[in-house]
Amino acid sequence: MSAILSFDNVWVEYRDKVVLESVTLDIEERSFVSLVGPSGAGKSTFLRLVLGQEGPTRGTVLLDGTKLKPECEPDRGVVFQKYSVFPHMTALQNVMLGLECARAPVMARLYGKARKRARDEAAAMLEAVGLAHNLDIYPAQMSGGMQQRLAIAQALVKHPRILLLDEPFGALDPGIRLDMQALVTRLWREHGLTILLVTHDIQEAFKLGTRVLAFDKRRHDPHAPHRYGATAVYDVALDRKDREDAERELAAHLSPQPAAAGAA
Amino acid sequence: MRVVNIKLNRGGRLLAGAIPIIAMLIVYGVMSAARLEANEYDKVLPTFGAMSDAFLRLAIETDARTGQITLLADTLASLRRLGIGAAIATLSALVFGIALGVVPTVRAALGPLIGIIAVIPPIAILPILFIALGLGETSKIALIAIGIAPFMIRDMAAHVSALPVEQIIKAQTLGANSWQLTLRVVVPQALPRLIHSLRLSMGPAWVFLISAEAIASNVGLGYRIFLVRRYLSMDIILPYVAWISLLAIATDALLMLLSRRAYPWAHEGGR
Repeated sequence: MSAILSFDNVWVEYRDKVVLESVTLDIEERSFVSLVGPSGAGKSTFLRLVLGQEGPTRGTVLLDGTKLKPECEPDRGVVFQKYSVFPHMTALQNVMLGLECARAPVMARLYGKARKRARDEAAAMLEAVGLAHNLDIYPAQMSGGMQQRLAIAQALVKHPRILLLDEPFGALDPGIRLDMQALVTRLWREHGLTILLVTHDIQEAFKLGTRVLAFDKRRHDPHAPHRYGATAVYDVALDRKDREDAERELAAHLSPQPAAAGAA
Repeated sequence: MRVVNIKLNRGGRLLAGAIPIIAMLIVYGVMSAARLEANEYDKVLPTFGAMSDAFLRLAIETDARTGQITLLADTLASLRRLGIGAAIATLSALVFGIALGVVPTVRAALGPLIGIIAVIPPIAILPILFIALGLGETSKIALIAIGIAPFMIRDMAAHVSALPVEQIIKAQTLGANSWQLTLRVVVPQALPRLIHSLRLSMGPAWVFLISAEAIASNVGLGYRIFLVRRYLSMDIILPYVAWISLLAIATDALLMLLSRRAYPWAHEGGR
């Protein structure tokens, strides 16, 4: 396995606030990396760096050995907690959009045979996420779980090098959540995906991931908490049997919540 | 039962809505009768019969001087001005509003200018329009367009910039460039709002139309009202006002229908 994504001494700063400091790590192809950590520890910033929604202040991020531009490109797909799908398009149209953008530069719409082909591809992808019977309904008519399935199909139809999941199941009911975890695991195996999953749920992180990265601040200055950034303080590759031990170890590892830290 | 929990059924709602209207008409009828009893030549509160006679005369008979049916000519002239003015405003809201909402550079360049234009009371520039464009149709249409366009542009820009950033990012990860993003993600979601914003702007548009017609015109609903005012012809003014409200209600209903038909996803989540 080779590194698909490399972070080399990456810093992200907003004015005098340091969000991420000296992040250096490689992510292997076909790995399933869970990102955990307390709120404000830079998980989402890390994801935005990979996504290209923003660029690092210092350091470099390499995708397949090439420096990432600070702009989103179709080689990195994303599913957010919400608003990932387009409310004005049916399920099928939502998934076809990615194909239409690539194949119809001016109109972003396909006609005739090309449309039929894109439609079939999109329908197959919707079937793979379990929405085969809901091709022509709008997102507002779907449950939260169905919308997330749609968002995954929409991203996968572009065959991204990396799939980014930003708390994708955070707003779902527990039962639906289990279904979605199973779906993502299956798609990851079947499609040979590389997945970065940001989650608040440590159990979920260990259940799904082949590797867990915990982001937190290494140092804490009580008088100027913004001056130290977070980095990957805990990084473990998992196989089945050491999962529970690792989970306990991480729980002990993460710093207490800010309120408790202030009192200490 | 608490007052806030009393819900009327359909018939009840219709009745409740009709009562104030009927009451108003009765009050008018009583006052009109009282004034006419005191002075049979009174023109201020004409009877319903007198109003319908006057209105029918304008609606059916051909005017000897112009050779046209007055009400029809007035209505067509006014609706034409209103329609063209509103269309220009709508089109500029679509183009500029979306450009402002989507492209940060355009917002930086044009935002302040549109902000300044928006605070100018349109009627204040009517003399400028009359001087620059003459007293013909152009200046009246321009007043309507200039009067409502800034609001519509800003409303559109605000709506577009309020689209969730997730959607914009998502579209880019699907390979959409700026144009494709605008065409497939932004414009379709902006159109129902554009219709909504047009509906809100029709009120002001009528104000600007009537004002322009009152000052310089020779045909039009506003012109007629202000013309017959000289003769205290309330029997024409009141039906004309009612006719204008009817046109306004019809326009609003049509726009609403269009929006529901064309954008089912924007109305209570789907078909």
